[in-house]
Amino acid sequence: MRLDKVREILDADILVGEEFIDLEVVSACGSDLMSDVLAFVKDQTLLLTGLINPQVVRTAEMMDIRVIVFVRGKVPGKEIVQLAKEKDMVLLTTKYPLYTACGLLYSAGLHTKEV
Amino acid sequence: MAEEKNIISLQYKVNGEDFSLAGEASSNVKKILKQLGVNPEAIRRVAIAMYEGEINMVIHAKGGIAEVNITPEQIKVLLQDEGPGIADIELAMQEGYSTAPDNIRELGFGAGMGLPNMKRYSDEMKINSVVGKGTRVELIFNI
Repeated sequence: MRLDKVREILDADILVGEEFIDLEVVSACGSDLMSDVLAFVKDQTLLLTGLINPQVVRTAEMMDIRVIVFVRGKVPGKEIVQLAKEKDMVLLTTKYPLYTACGLLYSAGLHTKEV
Repeated sequence: MAEEKNIISLQYKVNGEDFSLAGEASSNVKKILKQLGVNPEAIRRVAIAMYEGEINMVIHAKGGIAEVNITPEQIKVLLQDEGPGIADIELAMQEGYSTAPDNIRELGFGAGMGLPNMKRYSDEMKINSVVGKGTRVELIFNI
């Protein structure tokens, strides 16, 4: 699924990485536990999370995840946005809670790739 | 960075004061491995395992030293700290077991997945720990 479609479905705002809007993601993962993300996630994945700290971006970096969606209308601080910019990542924010955001993307055809 | 007979050695001091900086060493290693043209799957395994190790050193040991030795066949990551040590390594290796404080859990870590993840992504893992002295973790990745 292309990111512009993700943005539309989640009615999301792009915080950084607008230039990568034609990026394609093949699966998604919703988690507030970074250790689980590190244990199970495959690449070309979109991460949805309610956590906002620099380690979310670091975790994504290690996993080759390039897209992070912050849920419940959360907006990370400048430092986090800057770190993501340096890593060529895309950060989005949506007002939907985690469960709903995941459900909307899943219903639209973005499924989980089995590990 | 020292280069000798096809061995590249990197050394990092992992700052234990600031959790937000944890991962900088792993990020740098990842960048260097990419420049060296190491295969992406191996890079991912090294980066994830080393990152978990770095996080552990910051959470439990107020930082430490990370050393990385790269040869064309193998990547070795050595993490050493002078923290409190691990009393029961077998227990610490169990998924879900953690002694991390609540403020770390709120940041998305401390769920008892660190050491198991390091084992999962490496080809070989050795832990030596002395209570009150510190911990030494060696990770080997065949590439």
